[in-house]
Amino acid sequence: MCALTRSSGIPPLCEFDRMLLGLTNGTIARLFTSIFLNQNVAAGGGVLVVCYMMNYVGHGKTHRDAASVQATHPIPAACGLYYFEVKIVSKGRDGYMGIGLSAQGVNMNRLPGWDKQSYGYHGDDGHSFCSSGTGQPYGPTFTTGDVIGCGVNLIDNTCFYTKNGHHLGTAFTDLPPNLYPTVGLQTPGEVVDANFGQEPFVFDIEDMMRELGTRTRMEINDFPVPESHGEWQAILNKMVSTYLVHHGYCNTAEAFAHITEQPFNEDIVSIKNRQKILKLVLAGRMGEAIERTSRLYPGLLENNQNLLFMLKCRQFVEMVNGSDVEICHRKSGYSPSYSVSPRPSSPIQTSVIQSTKNYSNKSKQTVEEMNQNNTTTTTAPTHNGSSCNEVPVILTDDGDVEMDTTEEYRNGHGDACNGKTNNSTNGYQNGNSHNNNVTQDGECCDNEDEDMDVDVPVCRKSCSKPAVERILEFGRELYSMSQRLTVDKGSSETNQKMLEDAFSLLAYSNPWASPVGWQLQPSQRESVCASLNSAILESNKKPRKPPLEVAIAHAHELVKLMSTSGLGSCAFASLVEILDQ
Amino acid sequence: MLFEMQPPFTTFMSVESTRAYIDNLYSSDPEKCLTSIVCIKNSVIGSNRQKESVIAQGIVPRLLQLLQDRNTKSMLRIEAAITVGSLAKGTNEHVEILINSGTIQLLLNTLEENEPQLIDACLSCLRTLSQSDSPQNKIDVKRLHKLLTFAGPGESLRRQACVASIMGSACKTPVEQNELCAMGAPNLLAALLSVQNSSVRIPVLACLASMCWNNQNVANMVANTTYKDVKVSSILATLIGRDRPIEMQLEAARCLTNLHRAGAISSNDPIITYRTLPCLVRLCQTEHSEGNRASAANTLAYLTEVDSDLQQVAAISNQLVSALVNLLSCRSVAARQAAFRAFASLAANDEDIRKRIIDTKCLMDSVLEGLDDENEDIRLAAVRCLHSLSRSVQQLRTTFQDHSVWRPLMALLTGCPSTELLTAASSALCNLLLEFSPAKEPMLQQGVVQLLATLTIRPEPSLRLNGVWALMNLAFQAEQRVKSQILTALGTDQIFRLLADSDTRVLMKTLGLLRNLVSPRTHTDTMMSLHGPQVMQGVVLVLEGPHSPEVKEQALCILGNIADGEKAREHIMSNEDVLKKLIDYMTHPAPCLQEASVFCINNLSRLGEPGSLERQTRLKEMGVVNILQQLLSTSDTVLYNRVKTALTQFTDV
Repeated sequence: MCALTRSSGIPPLCEFDRMLLGLTNGTIARLFTSIFLNQNVAAGGGVLVVCYMMNYVGHGKTHRDAASVQATHPIPAACGLYYFEVKIVSKGRDGYMGIGLSAQGVNMNRLPGWDKQSYGYHGDDGHSFCSSGTGQPYGPTFTTGDVIGCGVNLIDNTCFYTKNGHHLGTAFTDLPPNLYPTVGLQTPGEVVDANFGQEPFVFDIEDMMRELGTRTRMEINDFPVPESHGEWQAILNKMVSTYLVHHGYCNTAEAFAHITEQPFNEDIVSIKNRQKILKLVLAGRMGEAIERTSRLYPGLLENNQNLLFMLKCRQFVEMVNGSDVEICHRKSGYSPSYSVSPRPSSPIQTSVIQSTKNYSNKSKQTVEEMNQNNTTTTTAPTHNGSSCNEVPVILTDDGDVEMDTTEEYRNGHGDACNGKTNNSTNGYQNGNSHNNNVTQDGECCDNEDEDMDVDVPVCRKSCSKPAVERILEFGRELYSMSQRLTVDKGSSETNQKMLEDAFSLLAYSNPWASPVGWQLQPSQRESVCASLNSAILESNKKPRKPPLEVAIAHAHELVKLMSTSGLGSCAFASLVEILDQ
Repeated sequence: MLFEMQPPFTTFMSVESTRAYIDNLYSSDPEKCLTSIVCIKNSVIGSNRQKESVIAQGIVPRLLQLLQDRNTKSMLRIEAAITVGSLAKGTNEHVEILINSGTIQLLLNTLEENEPQLIDACLSCLRTLSQSDSPQNKIDVKRLHKLLTFAGPGESLRRQACVASIMGSACKTPVEQNELCAMGAPNLLAALLSVQNSSVRIPVLACLASMCWNNQNVANMVANTTYKDVKVSSILATLIGRDRPIEMQLEAARCLTNLHRAGAISSNDPIITYRTLPCLVRLCQTEHSEGNRASAANTLAYLTEVDSDLQQVAAISNQLVSALVNLLSCRSVAARQAAFRAFASLAANDEDIRKRIIDTKCLMDSVLEGLDDENEDIRLAAVRCLHSLSRSVQQLRTTFQDHSVWRPLMALLTGCPSTELLTAASSALCNLLLEFSPAKEPMLQQGVVQLLATLTIRPEPSLRLNGVWALMNLAFQAEQRVKSQILTALGTDQIFRLLADSDTRVLMKTLGLLRNLVSPRTHTDTMMSLHGPQVMQGVVLVLEGPHSPEVKEQALCILGNIADGEKAREHIMSNEDVLKKLIDYMTHPAPCLQEASVFCINNLSRLGEPGSLERQTRLKEMGVVNILQQLLSTSDTVLYNRVKTALTQFTDV
C-alpha cells in the first residue's frame, strides 16, 4: 500500500549532532503489515543515519486508507530539543498529509492526530489535531514544494511546527514522553521527503538551541542557594581552598585565604613537602620521590605495598625513559669541576625537546607529535652505536628541566609565544627556574635538595655501571617484589598487568614507538601522582579527594541521572560549559 | 549610597530640622555646604516625596550655581551634580523644573572642563534628563561632537552607555541624524556594539535605530559600516538571537527594521525575513512583559506596514493574530495602541489576512471600543486599523454592516477630533461610502455630505483630498438626489477652488467627482441643464492649466460623458473654443489624451441620435475626419479601435 524507499543521491550514512539525533542504532521506520520499507542502513560512530522518501500508492478513498510511518525509536528526552523537517515533494491528488508525533501502538492506518496519543498538523486545512478527529485552526495549509518542520521541546514538553523556515507557534502542550516522529499520507501521488538532520534545516534551529542553552544556564546560575548568602559563600570558599591545599598549591591557597578573609591554619611545611614529592613524580624522578616519601612519611609505603609497587613500576618505566636515576650514588660521584657549570655541558637541543615535551603535557593535541620528535632525536644515538651511557646522561638533565618547569611552565610558555627562539626560551627557563627553586627551597625544610639540580648530571657521568644493566637489576628486584606481593596479599591482576606492561618496554629497540610506548608519556605520571597524593593525605587523616572534585563528580552523575529520567534540560546542562564561564 | 547615610539624616526627616541643613547649603563654608549636599542627596534617593519637598524649598538654583561655579571645590560640584541627577529621576514635573532652569546647557558646559568624576556625574544626569520629551532637550552640533569623544574605545563602560543614550534621544530630526553620521558616529557605534556589555550595547542599538529612522543616506552609511571586517547588519543579526537579553533583541530588531524601511536592507534579505520578523513576532507572545510586547508590536507594525510579503509571513508566524488580540486586552495605552497598529499593517493589503483577523473572536468589538476610547492615541490607532480592514469589499458588506461601524465613525468625525484623527477617520469613511457599501444610506441621512463638504475647505491637503475622495465615491452611480445634494452642499465656487487646488491629487479627485456627477447618461442632461456653464468653465480651466496629461485626461473624460447626453452635448457643440481644443488633443503626443478626445468625438458623432448629421457635418468642417484617417496608422491598438469606431459613425466616408 505504501512503499518507502530511500531517496537516491543522498548519502545513506551521516553523523548527527547529538541534539538532533532522533533515531539511534541505525534504523529507519518500523514495518507495518501493509507498508513496505526498502532501506539500507548502517550504524556509524555509534550514531546513525536515516533519510527516506515516502510515496503513497494506496487508493485513498476514505480516511481509513491513510498510511502513516513511524520512526523506529522514540524521541529521547535527553536530546532536549528534537527537530525534523519534511519536504512535500508532491501533494498528490488531494494533499491530505499529516506530520506529527505518535506513541507506540497507535493505529498506523490513520493520519497522525486522529487517535489517542497521536498528534498531527494536516496539509489540507492547516489544522492541528490533538488526539482528536476534529482539528483546531492552527497554521496555513501546505502543499507541493513546502518544507514543514516539527519540533519537540523536551524541557517544556511542547511541540511546534515551521513552514518554509517560519515558526508557526506552539501546537501542542503537555506531550507524553516517548513519542515517535510520524508522517501520514492519504491520497495517491503524495510524496514526501524527510530530513532528520542529514541536510541543513530550512528553519534556524540552532538559534533556538542557543536560547534553551542560555535559559538552562540562567536557571542554574539563578538557582536559589540554601540559607543565607554569607554561609553559602563560606562553603564555596572552603571548597576552593581545600582543593588548593589538596593539590599542594600552597602559595595560591594562602593568597586565596587572605583575599577571602578565611583563617588559614594548614600545615604549610606538610603541604610543601607533599608538593615536592609530587613534583618529583611529575618529573619522572621516581627513585627520589620514593626515597623522600619514606623519609617524610615513615610507614606509609610499608603499609601500602601495592602503592609502593605502583611507584616502583613507574620508576622502572622512567628508567627506560631515561628520566629516573638511582640517587644512592649521588654523593659519592660528586665532582666540583662539573658542578661549576653543569648547564653548558648538556646539549641544548635535547633540552629544547624536553621542554616542548613538557609543554605537550598540557596540550593533549600535540602529544603524539611531540612524542615522535622525542623518539627520533633521543633514540638516535642508541642506534648509532654510541654507548648506552650517554643516553641517560642527557636525559637526566631533561629530568631536571622538567621538574623545574612544572612550576615555571607559564613563564616558558609565555616566552615561546612572544616569538623568541626555542634556544633562548630554554636558556631563560632553565636559569629562571633554577633561581626560583633556590628562593623556594629557602623556606623549605631541607636544603640538601639545593644541590640536586647540579649534582645529578654529574653523578650520571661518573656512574660506573651501564644503564641497561642497572635497569635489568632493578627489574629483577621489582619482579621479586611482585612475587612477595602475591604471597603476602594474594595475586593482584592489576599489579601483574602493570609489571608486564613495564617489562614489555625492554622488548623493543625503540620503546617510544612500540605498542606499549604510551607508558612513557609524561601524562601517565599524573595518575601515579594522584594516587600517591591521596595516600599521603589519607595517612594524615585528610580526605582522599577534595570536596570540589567530589561535587563535580556528583554533578556529572546527576546529569546522567536526569538523562535516564527523561528530563530534557540535561541536554543543555553541560558542566564543562558552566565551569568554563 | 544609602549605606553612607550619616547620623544627622535620621533627624533630617522631620521638617523642622530640615531647615538647618538647607540653610547650610547656602553657607560659604565649603565643609558645611558639602555636609548639607550629602545630606540632601541621601534624603532624596528613591523618594519622590523628598524630592518634591527639597525642590519646593528652592534648592535647585543653588545646586546649579554650585555646579556651575568653577571656583567651587570639585568635591562640592560633583556632589551637586549627583544630587541634580537624583532629582532628575523624579516625576515629570521635577524634570520639567530642572530643564526649565537650564540644567541641560549647564551640564553640557561643564563637560568642557577636565574633571573626570565631574564629567561622569554630568553625563549620568544628562542621560536621565534626555529621556524626557521636552522640546528644550536639544543638543547642538558642537556639543554632540564633544559628547562623542566620551564614547571612544578607551572610555569607561558607564560613559559609553551614557553617551549612547544621550545621543539616541537627541537624534530626532534629519539634521541631527546627518550630523552624527558626518562626525563618524556609525564607526564609533559599530565598535561599541562589540563591547561585551548589555548596558552599553542596548543604548548603542537604540541610538543607531534613531539615526537610521526614515533617513536613507544615514541608513546606507550605517549598513555599510564595518567593524573588524564584519558588517553592522551582521553584528545586528547576532544581537537579535534568541539567547540575548530581550531588550537587546528588541533594540536590534528596531534597528534592522529602520534600516529596512529606510531602504538600506531589502525586505527579502534573510536578515529581515528570517531574523528580524520572527524575533518581533516572538516578542509579541504572551510570555513576555507587556511593555516589551507593546514595543515589539509597534516595531512589527512599522516593519510590515508597506510590504505585503512580510505581512503574509507575519500573519502565519507564531500565532501572531491571537497574540495581538491578547495584547489588545491589556490595560496600558501603549499595548493597545501597538496592537491596533500591528493589525492595521497586517491587514493593509491581503484579503485573506483581513478575513482571518476579522474572524478572530471579538476583534471588531475591540476596534469599536477603541473608537470610543477616552484616549486619543487609542482612538487614532483604532481608526487606522478600521481603515485598513475597510479595504475589503466582503467585510464592508458583512462584518462592517453587522457592527454598524459607521455609527462610532460618524460620532468621531462630528466631535472635534485632531487633524490626525480626522485624516484617518475620513480615510476610513472613503471606503465606507463606496457604492456597494450598505453603510452609505444611513450615513447620508446623518448628513455625511455636509461633513465632507466642510472637509474640502480645510487647509490640510490630506483632509481636502479625503473629503473630495469620499464625495467622489459617494457620487459614483448615485441617485439624482444624492448628486444634487452634493452639488448644493459643495457649491460651484468651492468646486472651482478645488479645481485650482495646489495638490494634484485633490484636483484629480475633484475631476473624478465631476465625472461621476455627469454620468451615467440618464443623469447627464439634468445635471448639465442645472450646472452646465459652470461645469464647462471648470473643464476649460483645467484644460488650459499647466497640468500633466493624466489630469487633462480626466477633464477630457468629463467632456466625453457630457457628449453622451442628448441635450448636454450642445454645451460642447455650441462652444467653438472647446471643440478646437478637443480636436487639438486628437493629435497630442500623449496617447491617453488622444484616446480620450477620440472617445469624446465618437460620442458627439454617434449615429441614430437626434441631430447627429448636423454635428457630423460641423465636425467634418473642422477637419475631424481627416485627422481620424491619419490616426488609423497608429500602432496603439486601443487608440486604433477607438478611431475605427469613430470613423464608422461618419456614414458618407
